[in-house]
Amino acid sequence: MTDEEILQLLYEETLTGNAPAVAGGVNDGLAQGMPPESMLFDALIPSLEEVGARFERGDYFVPEMLIAARAMQGALDILRPLLADNESAQIGTFLMGTVKGDVHDIGKNLCNIMLEGAGFNVIDLGVNVPPEKFIEQIEEHQPDVVGFSAFLTTTMPMFKANINALEKAGLRDRVIVMVGGAPVTQEYADAVGADGYAADASTAVRKAKELIELRREKVLV
Amino acid sequence: MDTVLRSRTKTVVIGSDKPFCIIGERINPTGRKVFAQQLRDGDLSTAAADAQAQVAAGADMLDVNAGIPLVDEAELLVKLIGLVQDTVDAPICIDSSVVEALDAGLSAYEGRALVNSVTAEDDRLEAVLPLVAAHGAAVIGLTNDETGIPHTAEERLRHARKIVSAAADYGIEACDVVIDPLAMPVGADTEAVANTLQAMRMIRDELGVNMCVGASNVSFGLPDRLTLNAAFLPMAMAAGLTSAIMSTADVVVRSTRAADLLLGHDEWGASWIAAHRARQAAVEATAS
Repeated sequence: MTDEEILQLLYEETLTGNAPAVAGGVNDGLAQGMPPESMLFDALIPSLEEVGARFERGDYFVPEMLIAARAMQGALDILRPLLADNESAQIGTFLMGTVKGDVHDIGKNLCNIMLEGAGFNVIDLGVNVPPEKFIEQIEEHQPDVVGFSAFLTTTMPMFKANINALEKAGLRDRVIVMVGGAPVTQEYADAVGADGYAADASTAVRKAKELIELRREKVLV
Repeated sequence: MDTVLRSRTKTVVIGSDKPFCIIGERINPTGRKVFAQQLRDGDLSTAAADAQAQVAAGADMLDVNAGIPLVDEAELLVKLIGLVQDTVDAPICIDSSVVEALDAGLSAYEGRALVNSVTAEDDRLEAVLPLVAAHGAAVIGLTNDETGIPHTAEERLRHARKIVSAAADYGIEACDVVIDPLAMPVGADTEAVANTLQAMRMIRDELGVNMCVGASNVSFGLPDRLTLNAAFLPMAMAAGLTSAIMSTADVVVRSTRAADLLLGHDEWGASWIAAHRARQAAVEATAS
C-alpha cells in the first residue's frame, strides 16, 4: 500500500471502530517508514473529529463513538512511544472525577474515552471524589483541565464547593474548570464560576481544546 | 409480597402475581429545557397535561421529580404533587435525592406514596428511612452505595439485602421496600442489561421483594429507543421485575400488557381484550 492508502485506511477504519484494522494499518505504516506524526495528524485525529461531528449531528450513536475512540486508543498506544516530541501527541492533561456524594460515572467515562482518543492524557479519580482529593491530585499532576461530573441536583452544589477549595488552595488560576452531567446547564456552570460546560462527550473534547488554546494564547500575550 | 400505594381514592398494588405497575416517567425536568424553564416561571400547565396524557396512555402511577438547578426543590415538589393530585387519580412516586424535599412532599401528599429513593449508603438509609416510616410510605431502594454502581449481580443483591434489613430496623416491612436493581445503558456496555436481568433473578429468588427500574436508561445513546424499551420490559418482567418508571408511549405500554398476559397476570386476557375493544371503539368514534 502507498502511504496515501495507509492514511485512507486509518481514517476509514477508525471511523467504523475497527480496532484490529487500525492497529494493523499503523504497524504497516511504521514498517514502510511512515512518520508516526503523519498517521496521527493526517488520519487518526481527523477521523475521530469526524466521529465527534457525526455524533453531535445525531448521525452517530454512543456505541459507535465508543468503538471508534477505542480503535484510536489502540493506535495511540503503538504510536505514542515513537513520536519524536512526546508532547506533540498530548494535547493536554485532563483530571476527571465524579463529585463527592455521587457515584454516577457512565457519562464521565464516555468523556474520558473521547478525551483519550483525542490525545488527552486523562487521569480519572473515579466517583465520590471529595474536594481535598481533587486539590491533592491537581497539585500532583498539574493538569490543564479539571472536570467535575454530577448526575444529581443534590450533588451539583459540589461544583461550587470544589471551586471554593481550589481558590482557597491558590490553584484556581492554574487550572481550567469544566463541569457536566445530566442535570447541569450552561447557566448553572456560569453561576458556580466554571470555565466551561459541555452537554456530551464529543462537545467536551471540543470545549476542552478551545479552552486550552484560549489559555495558551493569553499566556503568550 | 404486595406493595400497596394509594392516591386520594385509588389503590394500586405492586406484586409478582399482579399486572405490571407502569409508573409514568415524564414529570421530570432533567433534560427537558423548556419544561424546566416553565416550572421556574411557575407555569405548571405542561405538568398537568403530562399527568393526564400518561394516565390516559396507561400509567398506573406517576413519578414526580422537581430537581431543577438553583430552584427550591421542596417548594416546587409540593406544588407539583398538589397539581398532579388535583389533575389525575393515580398514586405518586415522589422522586428526589433531597431529604428535605422528600419530607415536604410526603407531608403534602394525600394517600400512600412510593418514595424514590434511598441507596445502600449508611447516611442515606439513616436520613430517608425514618421519613418513610413516619409517613407510612413505601420506598425504592437503589442497589448502589458510595463506592459506585456495582457491575455484578452479586454486589447488587448484597446491597438489596442491606436495604431490606435496614428498613426492618425502622419498622418498614419488606413488602414496602421496592428494590431497584439498576437498569444501565446497553449502548455503553454490552453486558449491562444481562447483568441487570441476572440481579433481578437473584433478588427475586432470595428476597422475593418487588422491584422497579428506570426502564428508559437501557436505550440511552441509541436510535429507536422505544423499541428497545419495549423489548427490555418483558424480559425484565420474566426475571422478576414488577414495576418500572418508564415511557408511556404506546409501543412500550402494549408490550408490557402483552407480557402481563403471557406471564399469566391477566386472566383469560380480559385486560388485553378490553384494551383492544377500547381502541376499536375510539377508531369507530372518530370515523363516524
